[in-house]
Amino acid sequence: MTHPRTGRPRERVLTMRGIGKRFGAVKALTDVDFWVNEGEVVALVGDNGAGKSTLVKVLAGVHPPDAGTIEFDGEPVDIPSPADAQELGIETIFQDLALCDNLDVVANLWLGRELRDGATLDEVDMEQRTWTLLRELSAKIPSVRVPVASLSGGQRQTVAIARSLIGEPRVVILDEPTAALGVAQTAEVLNLIERLRERGHGVILISHNMADVLAVADRVVVLRLGRNNGVYNVADVTSETLIAAITGAVDHSSGRWAPPAATSSATPAAAPVRAAPEPAASDLPHVEPEPDDDIGGTVIRMPRTGSRRLPREDGRR
Amino acid sequence: MSARGDERLAEQAPDERLLSGSGIRSLFEGFVARIRGGDLGALPVVLGIIVIWTVFQLLNPVFLSSENLVNLTMQCAAIGTIALGVVVVLLVGEIDLSVGSVSGLAAAVLAVTFVQMQWNLVLSILAALAIGGLVGLVYGYLFTRFGLPSFVITLAGLLGFLGLQLWVLGETGSIAIPFDSWIVQFAQQMFLPPWAAYALAAASVGVYAWSRVRHAQRRAAANLVSQSYAAIAVRSGVMLAFLVAAIWYLSLDRGIGVMFLFFLALVVVMNFVLTRTRWGRSVYAVGGSVEAARRAGIRVDRVYLSVFVLCSTLAAAGGILAAARLASANQSSGTGDVNLNAIAAAVIGGTSLFGGRGSAFSALVGIVVIQSISSGLTLLNLDSSVQFMVTGVVLVLAVIVDSLSRRTRAATGRA
Repeated sequence: MTHPRTGRPRERVLTMRGIGKRFGAVKALTDVDFWVNEGEVVALVGDNGAGKSTLVKVLAGVHPPDAGTIEFDGEPVDIPSPADAQELGIETIFQDLALCDNLDVVANLWLGRELRDGATLDEVDMEQRTWTLLRELSAKIPSVRVPVASLSGGQRQTVAIARSLIGEPRVVILDEPTAALGVAQTAEVLNLIERLRERGHGVILISHNMADVLAVADRVVVLRLGRNNGVYNVADVTSETLIAAITGAVDHSSGRWAPPAATSSATPAAAPVRAAPEPAASDLPHVEPEPDDDIGGTVIRMPRTGSRRLPREDGRR
Repeated sequence: MSARGDERLAEQAPDERLLSGSGIRSLFEGFVARIRGGDLGALPVVLGIIVIWTVFQLLNPVFLSSENLVNLTMQCAAIGTIALGVVVVLLVGEIDLSVGSVSGLAAAVLAVTFVQMQWNLVLSILAALAIGGLVGLVYGYLFTRFGLPSFVITLAGLLGFLGLQLWVLGETGSIAIPFDSWIVQFAQQMFLPPWAAYALAAASVGVYAWSRVRHAQRRAAANLVSQSYAAIAVRSGVMLAFLVAAIWYLSLDRGIGVMFLFFLALVVVMNFVLTRTRWGRSVYAVGGSVEAARRAGIRVDRVYLSVFVLCSTLAAAGGILAAARLASANQSSGTGDVNLNAIAAAVIGGTSLFGGRGSAFSALVGIVVIQSISSGLTLLNLDSSVQFMVTGVVLVLAVIVDSLSRRTRAATGRA
């Protein structure tokens, strides 16, 4: 099973519906919908406190949600612990990367999952597979036998991403992978994300950097104050629109996010919905169900089944 | 799972991005680069041994006599065994201050059960080792369950188990172990005949070279950069020459003590376990970053527990060896400088106090340094006051070297 998913159509891997999570009095997430397809890069954007991290932690099994359902490969699942997330095939790379600086690249990649030859470690096999994987990712690592501490930020990110791929996950979550990186290293990591998409992994990318998001993502999900505030197709969205959605200048949150089943059968899911052009639109009521022209971008509704780019339902349902 | 297992990259040329090549010259260049980068390994301590031996030889020509060196090896074994356990604890970034007390307790248990209660010797030894293991289990439980700092736990153990040792010894205070018991024979009288020592050295080097060659062949078959046969031959040759010379010189006197050999074997086995097994890898990982290890699915608590148990068990083994060498266990067994000598040996040998860095061999070279100082000063008729002070200075020097090399590593990106 070299590339288990390349030949097949882009199928939905993960669907979250109506996710809610509160911490004491704080509603971190309210009725959030989210989905990822195979070979799709979904950017999750939002201001600080918008609930990005909480949503990702729900997926990673760190916080179980209070409300809502999660489907994985069409089956409803619970993710009560990080180990369960990994078992399902959800790998998360947090910002701190969690690498052991004193160990070399091979050791870090296989940590906890070392290949063995009898009772002893099979270093040869591990090193060879490390090279295979790194080449597949077109990663630039000078040597796999140097301590990770001696690598640059981008290379460390590469190692962390490569490590997450050892278990052949379906979904890879990257938390701010480019936050601390320079220009060249950012390009390196974005390149890597492209490789992940080519390999057929569903990628969830949390980022504050709109340039990165527009460069690499297929779809952008905006969260604001713990609610969905629009899902955009990257092909026709500008960073201004995204920023407007992030800051709340555009509000797609309440009325439009009725349960998808209610309307999706009637209208094509990819109904373009108007994003208000100006922050002055605050007097607009939230209920604005009718799609009309818009200058900003296309807001997408959750489709029933996934397709790579636009969730157009072409009778497959 | 094994995603791309059978997918061998057919035309995988040696990668030009690889830093290190193969061959003797690049071996040497790599060595120089490592030293420059602050990855000193055993170099400072080997230099230290050379300096110490030279100085003492100049001060007293008896120092490097084969008789004194044989004594030196025999003195190393007991505390070296304890230091080996300390190395493992330091590797996970923790410390065990109570190894001396635990070794004394084990000695007391051995003497009381064997001499006073007339147990079978093997049973007594097992009981003493089991006490050590139990102590480690308690430490590990307190550490993982309540999150107490190991410093505090083992400081409490230092006092508590010293008390237990005194209690076990009871009224007598000192128990002689009969000279004709095999454990005392083992520690005092048993020496390898020269032919056996040579054969053993040749066999060890042979096994080493064979495993290197096999490894190199596997790597070459997998198209990975591998050690050249010339490099292996040079290494093995140097090793063999050193061992033969050492055996020859020591055999001018009594030769290689079996107890010392036992210690060497422990070091080699420990090195193998630390570098070639999953458990060893997880020990280094926990020492490098607990959080990373935990997220990688390593059961961190079990690693801590096993490390504490191993350390205390080795401390008990060291205590047994020390008691056997002295042919007695008494109230001062394991007290005084045993504790700090064992910890100092591990640190002087190059095991970092900060976790994740070091090797089993640091127990060996570290204890050689400490015992050399002790032996040299004794030969000069300087009493223990000077001995303590000199050992203290050497310990500080060793930690300075550790800190400086850490800084250099950080500066050159090898931290």
